[in-house]
Amino acid sequence: MVTVASFSISHTGFIDPQGEATGPLPPFAADSEALADMYRAMVLTRLFDKKAVALQRTGQLGTFPSAIGAEAIGVGLASAMRAEDVLLPSYRDHAAQLLRGVSMTEILLYWAGDERGSDFAVPRHDFPNCVPIASQICHAAGAAYACKLRREPRVAVCMAGDGATSKGDFYEGMNLAGVWQAPLVMVISNNQWAISLPRRAQTAAATLAQKAIAAGIEGLQVDGNDVIAVRHAAQQALSKARSGGGPTLIEAITYRLGDHTTADDASRYRDAAEVQQQWLREPITRLRNYLARLGAWDKDKEIRLHQECAARVERAVADFLQIPPPGVDAMFDHLYAALPKSLERQRAMARRQPAPAAHGEHHG
Amino acid sequence: MAELNLVEAVNCALAHELAADPDIVLLGEDIGVNGGVFRATLGLQQRFGAERVIDTPLAEAAIAGVAVGMAAMGLKPVAEIQFTGFIYPAIDQIVNHASRLRHRTRGRMSCPLVLRSPCGGGIHAPEHHSESPEAMFAHVPGLRVVMPSSPRRAYGLLLAAMRSPDPVIFLEPTRLYRLFREEVEDGGVALPLDTCFTLRDGADLTLVTWGAMVPETLMAADVLAQQDVMAEVIDVATLKPLDMEPILASVARTGRCIVVHEAARSAGLGAEIAAHVAEEEIYSLRAPVLRVTGYDVVMPLGRLEKQYLPDRQRILDAAEQTLGAA
Repeated sequence: MVTVASFSISHTGFIDPQGEATGPLPPFAADSEALADMYRAMVLTRLFDKKAVALQRTGQLGTFPSAIGAEAIGVGLASAMRAEDVLLPSYRDHAAQLLRGVSMTEILLYWAGDERGSDFAVPRHDFPNCVPIASQICHAAGAAYACKLRREPRVAVCMAGDGATSKGDFYEGMNLAGVWQAPLVMVISNNQWAISLPRRAQTAAATLAQKAIAAGIEGLQVDGNDVIAVRHAAQQALSKARSGGGPTLIEAITYRLGDHTTADDASRYRDAAEVQQQWLREPITRLRNYLARLGAWDKDKEIRLHQECAARVERAVADFLQIPPPGVDAMFDHLYAALPKSLERQRAMARRQPAPAAHGEHHG
Repeated sequence: MAELNLVEAVNCALAHELAADPDIVLLGEDIGVNGGVFRATLGLQQRFGAERVIDTPLAEAAIAGVAVGMAAMGLKPVAEIQFTGFIYPAIDQIVNHASRLRHRTRGRMSCPLVLRSPCGGGIHAPEHHSESPEAMFAHVPGLRVVMPSSPRRAYGLLLAAMRSPDPVIFLEPTRLYRLFREEVEDGGVALPLDTCFTLRDGADLTLVTWGAMVPETLMAADVLAQQDVMAEVIDVATLKPLDMEPILASVARTGRCIVVHEAARSAGLGAEIAAHVAEEEIYSLRAPVLRVTGYDVVMPLGRLEKQYLPDRQRILDAAEQTLGAA
């Protein structure tokens, strides 16, 4: 017998849960202001996230999926992307979206049940949230192919969760991207839970990163609570993709500190002790401790940052709450490029129906 | 002008648009080197290159899914699903994404893809190779569903599908691929995507049909004409959005209507058309609207398919019934 192929999966982290460097850091981390920028983005995401949950609890927002605990993945990834790259998010990826230029008001609109929230004013070519699990991975392979065909130095970046790696679309999209050597970066936020299903019941595979090996592409694992590790891996994968080196899968290990969504109660299926333990590893405190050790962060800065972020969130919420619901025509306006004759009569019927009262429509 | 059969007309339209529009890409299983299992894409990879005529792995969900991604990025992918029986894994991508990307983003993005697939029975094909799922797709808001019934209409409608800003499911009846030839002018002229085609005028009876049932229906109309019954024959062709106006106008004149389709009966498009006629033209009707359709059974394998498929005689029987009514 001979071994015809063998593989290994690396795991990379630079900052430990206490905020201490465990070894030499990548070059960008020498710029403490760049690290502070990522810290600010993570804090903004967390405060926004908490506010969104509060809005849901008070009946002002629909179901919302908190990203609490996963801020480093979106921020590390998006800070490594170029504006012209294309983000194909799942539905818990507002950390990355905010950095890409999606506004908090748009995100709130979307989760309030208003399609205008996906009409991003800034990243016009970024894809909207993708709710059907893993289907965006196929879109990303196609988007990457389009970039390659047009000889554009752009990269398609898609995000998905651990549950997505059990689906056919995950493998099919990744496999095509591998065949095509398309400029694709796939980031799997492995937060250990797919609603109530723990990671160990999701797959017998030792890592999710190794699933990339089956498609002939590079797979690697990073500490997803270490924003430096995420950004470093993303930079390398993006640069490889941009220069024709093909796709990469990054498995970012994190933990879902919140419920699946506001409609979920995670205490039904997991121990509070496990969650408490994971709070010791969360990404924001970790980076703050590291920055404080460098002398690049202090209490004053922290207080100022929280005030600034709170003010930005409040402004976004105020803007959101002022936006009236869309008119009934919105159901028909963008279904086709031009409204077919057969739908004109249905639109006329809808217009005749009185608008319902504005309150009490949100559940979950 | 060339005499083409339907599959050659498909090839001709694809070649025309590949040459005219650099954003067109073709993808699917065995469509490149092999030219497609029905040869619909014969010679196109050799002519336009493997980057634009892509042989994909065997993965229907991904074929549809990457087409969504390509289309959202401004390409115009024309994907082939080798047989309609294998389109079902792609339905998530079609229903959840292709059909609604424009709506979901308020027009910021769109999904101008074409999904071509050979459909229908009558060629003694293996299991899962003879499906007629047009009503499933016609139920989906945001899609266009098209089924040509002649080489000329295949050419013109496929050009229109490729130029449409909306996603189009383009179903090609395998039975008609090589059934007959007609002159097709490769002039790049598209047909409209939102209208029925009246193939034969008649004052006594309206026969509404599409796809492989069109030749059967035209033959039935010939027989009726010999009996001095003039049947109007309408090829719906663009099944979604459905243009009811020519059908309703015809029924207003004839007072009798039969809908003929190969797909299973219940919740088929025949029911939709009959309901429209009942809603709009019931006082013109001199007899109940009848349907001549496949049965609500699994599409049988080759030995029984002739007994499943509606044919000229079943159409004539229905005509006798409707003409015999008061």
